[in-house]
Amino acid sequence: MMRILSGDLPRSRVLAILLIIIAIGLVAAPLVFPGARSLNVAAKVAVFVLLVASYDLLLGYTGIVSFAHTMFFGIGGYGIGIAAARLGATWGNLALGLVASLALTLAIALVIGLLSLRVRTIFFAMITLAVAAFFQILASQLSDFTGGEDGLNFRLPALLQNRLVCYYLVLALSAALFLVLLRIVNSPFGRVLQSIRENEFRAEALGYRTVLYRTTANCLGALFAALAGALYALWLRYTGPDTTLSFAIMIDLLLMVVIGGMGTLYGAVIGATLFVVAQNYLQDLMQLASGATAGIPLLPSLLHPDRWLLWLGVLFVVCVYWFPTGIVGRLRRR
Amino acid sequence: MKTDWLPLALIPLLALAALPLVSTPTWLTLTVAGLAMGMMIFMMACGLTLVFGLMDVMNFAHGAFISVGAYAAASVLIAMKGSMQAPSLAENLMAMAPALAAAVAVAGLLGWIFERVVIRPVYGDHLKQILVTMGGLIVVEQLIHVVWGPDMIPLPKPATITGSVLLGDAAIERYRMLAVLVGLAVFAALWLVLNRTRLGLLIRAGVENTEMVESLGYRVRRLFVAVFVAGSALAGLGGVMWAMYQESVSAGMGMQMMVVIFIVIIIGGMGSVGGCFVGALLVGLMANYIGYLAPKLALGSNILLMVLVLLWRPRGLYPASKA
Repeated sequence: MMRILSGDLPRSRVLAILLIIIAIGLVAAPLVFPGARSLNVAAKVAVFVLLVASYDLLLGYTGIVSFAHTMFFGIGGYGIGIAAARLGATWGNLALGLVASLALTLAIALVIGLLSLRVRTIFFAMITLAVAAFFQILASQLSDFTGGEDGLNFRLPALLQNRLVCYYLVLALSAALFLVLLRIVNSPFGRVLQSIRENEFRAEALGYRTVLYRTTANCLGALFAALAGALYALWLRYTGPDTTLSFAIMIDLLLMVVIGGMGTLYGAVIGATLFVVAQNYLQDLMQLASGATAGIPLLPSLLHPDRWLLWLGVLFVVCVYWFPTGIVGRLRRR
Repeated sequence: MKTDWLPLALIPLLALAALPLVSTPTWLTLTVAGLAMGMMIFMMACGLTLVFGLMDVMNFAHGAFISVGAYAAASVLIAMKGSMQAPSLAENLMAMAPALAAAVAVAGLLGWIFERVVIRPVYGDHLKQILVTMGGLIVVEQLIHVVWGPDMIPLPKPATITGSVLLGDAAIERYRMLAVLVGLAVFAALWLVLNRTRLGLLIRAGVENTEMVESLGYRVRRLFVAVFVAGSALAGLGGVMWAMYQESVSAGMGMQMMVVIFIVIIIGGMGSVGGCFVGALLVGLMANYIGYLAPKLALGSNILLMVLVLLWRPRGLYPASKA
């Protein structure tokens, strides 16, 4: 067990129980909660745990704020989507699409990193925001290639057309990649990243080439995001701007990382699960609350199901101020 | 200090470079359109760059002020629909004046609250600033939905300012001329305040070296609040102008503009108002020329411009002196 978790145990009984419940829930989801909706939620949780964990590598472990993370998520998705829709649904084509998208991801992440990671946090955040916006436009403009705003629907190889097989493939790969990320952040390399986050000047004085480390972290984060995107595309059998590239997903990601807990990958698990479940079921709850308060002015519109993001936004701000280590940090302190 | 004319010369140079590529009337139309767009972007961006220069705070929620200003003005304009559609210019302006005032007031007020509640606890911590202001943006955007409803609100231009005038063969939209005038007025006012008043002197000194100004006994904090409120108010003003130009208001419009605004600020040199002005005009012109010549490339033109400028001057056109 220690080996699998790279020696990074949850260090809190409540957290450990929560994690076990989530893991069991994900594995048993198709059996326990039948129906397309709950399976969709479970698959989204699996993919977003990986995506959020890869973002945490940047934000929580290295202290880099990137707004281009969904861009890489999208590149991964489009890699699979374009290969499957334009070339045909064979395993070879999927692999080709994946490799091409990973290569593109690596190239872009390397260029952005080398050009703008030398300077300050804010500058990097602004540049990545601009590049991501540009990429989003590019994807909708090159509609012959990417399907534009409508995105791409595609078929998968026969084996993956079976939803159960596909689900377990996505789950297994997400889990495996998550464990790889856990290995990375607990390696000496991960320690250096954390030292850069804590005190860049000092890390540099100790002889670490901080730009090199940050660029590597940026590339790794981007590659894992692209892999998550590929898995999500496999699950949805669809790739489009709204499911992968949109800025709304970037905001969701930020919420998940911060609420779950920055600087610990278990935070990604908790954050992503909480968020995706809230996204799908909180609205039902708010529908009830909104109906119950129908007579009172303003309250019903504040509790309107479409306003669920408002409450998560408030929670986000509260987390940044008072619980910078998020839910996991809280649980561990006990 | 010697004035650095080179970046300023870029604007006519860009305009002249486009001249041989299109016919003269078209060029005139495009140039005015570009200038108008640039002026509106400048109004939205200048507050943000000044706040950054003065207090080293990058407010990612600046776009929220743009939207809120536009919504506030839209409420006023919808209430005064009659005078907006009246065929007399005076009456139209009578309707626009309170709308603009409402935008400025509401956005300024929101800015004041925002500075107190959201930004004050996170001075000096960039990571938290980015996160918290992002969170603030989400909350404000959602609150707009609560107050004004989730749908896009149509916002027609005033009756006498729609349509265009013919200048030779070139058709020039009246509204664009108005936008250029308002933008120039804002720039002139800002320039005068910054360069000809004591307050402006303190602000510029604060941008240059905050600690020194503080040690001379001035409260830079208070100055900063004033600048923050003024910047938010200007963002609101720019928001209305932009919304009327687009003829619609939506909660997401501020966030959409943020990308362009960031590019302008980076091009201008973060913290410099003059650089922001030049950057905004360059972006506006470039977007219009390229939008006409090669529509497919139009949306990437900003990025291209940014890369070119940064290759020439890695810290922007007019780097503010704080590193």
